[in-house]
Amino acid sequence: MPLAIIQVGRRVRIISVNAGHGLQGRLASMGLVPGTEIEVIRNSLHGPFIIAVKGSRIMLGRGMAQKIIVA
Amino acid sequence: MKSKIVVALAGNPNSGKSTIFNRLTGARQHVGNYPGVTVERKEGICKHNDIEMQIVDLPGTYSLTAYSAEELVARNFVIDERPDVVVDIIDSSNLERNLYLAVQFMELGVPLVLAFNMSDQARAMGYEFDIEKLSRFFGARIVKTVGNKGTGMEELLDAIVLTAKEDEGLAGKSRRRVPSINYGQEIEEELQKIESLIKKSDSITDRYDPRWIAIKLLENDKDITARFGSSEINKQVEKSILHIEEILGEPPETAIAGCRYGFISGACQEAVRSTIELRHTISDRIDSVATNRILGIPVFLGLMYLVFNLVFTLGNLPMEWIDGFFGWLSGVVQGWWPQGSESLLKSLLIDGIIGGVGGVIVFLPNILLLFLAIAILEDSGYMARAAFVMDRLMHKIGLHGKSFIPLLLGFGCTIPAIMATRTLENERDRLTTMLVAPLMSCGARLPIYALIIPAFFPQAWQGRMLWIIYMIGIALAILLAKILRISLLKGEAVPFVMELPPYRMPTIKGTLIHMWEHGWLFLRKAGTIILGISVLLWVTTTFPSLPNSVKAGFNNERNAVMASHLTEREKADQISAIANKEAEASLEYSIAGRVGRALEPLFTPMGFDWKLVTPVIGAVAAKEVFVAQLGIVFSVGEADEESQSLRSKLQARYTPLQGFCIMLFMLIVAPCMATFAVMKSESGSWKWAILQFWGLTVLAWIITTTVYQFGKLLGIGIS
Repeated sequence: MPLAIIQVGRRVRIISVNAGHGLQGRLASMGLVPGTEIEVIRNSLHGPFIIAVKGSRIMLGRGMAQKIIVA
Repeated sequence: MKSKIVVALAGNPNSGKSTIFNRLTGARQHVGNYPGVTVERKEGICKHNDIEMQIVDLPGTYSLTAYSAEELVARNFVIDERPDVVVDIIDSSNLERNLYLAVQFMELGVPLVLAFNMSDQARAMGYEFDIEKLSRFFGARIVKTVGNKGTGMEELLDAIVLTAKEDEGLAGKSRRRVPSINYGQEIEEELQKIESLIKKSDSITDRYDPRWIAIKLLENDKDITARFGSSEINKQVEKSILHIEEILGEPPETAIAGCRYGFISGACQEAVRSTIELRHTISDRIDSVATNRILGIPVFLGLMYLVFNLVFTLGNLPMEWIDGFFGWLSGVVQGWWPQGSESLLKSLLIDGIIGGVGGVIVFLPNILLLFLAIAILEDSGYMARAAFVMDRLMHKIGLHGKSFIPLLLGFGCTIPAIMATRTLENERDRLTTMLVAPLMSCGARLPIYALIIPAFFPQAWQGRMLWIIYMIGIALAILLAKILRISLLKGEAVPFVMELPPYRMPTIKGTLIHMWEHGWLFLRKAGTIILGISVLLWVTTTFPSLPNSVKAGFNNERNAVMASHLTEREKADQISAIANKEAEASLEYSIAGRVGRALEPLFTPMGFDWKLVTPVIGAVAAKEVFVAQLGIVFSVGEADEESQSLRSKLQARYTPLQGFCIMLFMLIVAPCMATFAVMKSESGSWKWAILQFWGLTVLAWIITTTVYQFGKLLGIGIS
């Protein structure tokens, strides 16, 4: 399922990222690679997202959160 | 051993890199000049045991694949200019993510030192590092540091020198033996194929490591492909990428990144012991307010309000001192000539130079406070939250929160704002942000407001007025961005990611250095551009001087008054009235006056008279010049003994509505020449620079005219 629908406080694992090559690489450089566990810190419904990855806080645009598939 | 070595400081954003840079170089740093020279290549000199080090502070990056212009700058510095040592600053409280960059330096085979920064925080969080083991894994010396306390700096410098020596010993021989990552059979096979093609070209292998190039090509790095790809190589790379995608089910760059993280977590499992993770608890608590859906925007607006109020109130006292100093100075200069004598040199010194340059330097305290506030917002980590808070609004105008940071920096100066747009990956986002950036009222415009506001508005309204002006700028920027996004720069909003660093206490040294850099830039500008233009304007307001016949007419009037039977008091009044009339006449007769008169019809709809026209033209060079020129225009040829302050003269001549229109026009009108030049170099064409220059000028005219005409019609602020 897309990350965008995950509720605050849940911990999930990244399965894949449906984005162009450049974007995948950029996400990877920030620690968002398939297999990584992340936690949703803030999901403001229409606004951006905050997630916890490997000890850092990353802000994602809503569009981005739709493209990250988690389980 | 070379007597001078070049050291590059690299690291993730928010790893405390600039704090370490400041520690190592102290005040001995050199910031690139505006314009043309890039701002982000800060350099400094540091001496350690007779060895001089030239330290280059690279922009913060997450990886060595060039995803944004900033990463490209950092990466290409390392591979092309080959510093003697690369120091990778690592936030050791966030080790795994930070080591990702270190792994890439390791692969590149550069002489590397790792600084495990913020090691106190890491310890507090229960991390224990086996430095020796980690050092072996990464093939680099590792030093624990605490940047904001200055711990570990000697050890870091020792490690740099040792590493440089070692590397020099290896020079000429085969490349350093560094641990390499095994990317698994599939990828390794493809790497082999690409490498063998690269090795055919001596021009590449002489300077660059073929394996590294091959990895970058597989990672689809556009810059590397453009530089090293031949049609043969490109064909192979394309085939390899397809092959890997087919077998592994993911593109090579993701697979490669996964292997790197695998390597890192393997190393960490062996060499790092950790207890529970606490890093973000306090930060998260602050964020529950600062990024709250309802409270976020009020908190942001409140902080901005606080900043502008502080800039105004705290700046007042030191401004009075500076003002007093220039008053004293012009008194001293005046004393060099006998009383009542006329001298061109005296007028040049007092009206031209002291009046012009002094009039601008008075605002130094405001500028310093503004930059202090921006430095605190940035270093504390709040800036990234502002981006989060503004994201929804920014989405409505077709940008995203990340664009908001360059815009906020624009409050300081438009040039760094335009340069900061490099962090935006999408070209259309970047251009839109650059084009509207000048609407974020920069520090150079602050003197204009600081002059006008107290002249026309009551004390209680001064802070509020300043805030209103800034908010108008923001509102216009938003509106204009929206228009650009649905017209010239149409396109989908691009998904984005950015890190929210934990909140940190800004270091005093860091903020002071930041403040001083900009203060110094301002002073230098006052001493060069503004001085030059002040002298030029003095010349154009002084020459040609009134013909003798007209002068004689005024003298006759004066003599008539002196010979009359009025009281001494009445005589003095009349004489000064005549002097003012003469000053006005001679200004009108001068070049500046004639230009002003000629262009006046263009400005009349906005409520400007000819005396305001020359300052507006002069301000194209630098916005502060407006204040300097206003000072000159209103003082040339006047009776010195009775000179009133510039503010009271403005107050006597214009209405509050006109005062407001002056600020409004100066807020919106064409950016300064330096911005124009940077806009050209950053956007890559004159087209955008010219569009911005004239677009904003026309916009300023339309808006100011509308406000003035409506204001007059409704009778607001005309008495």
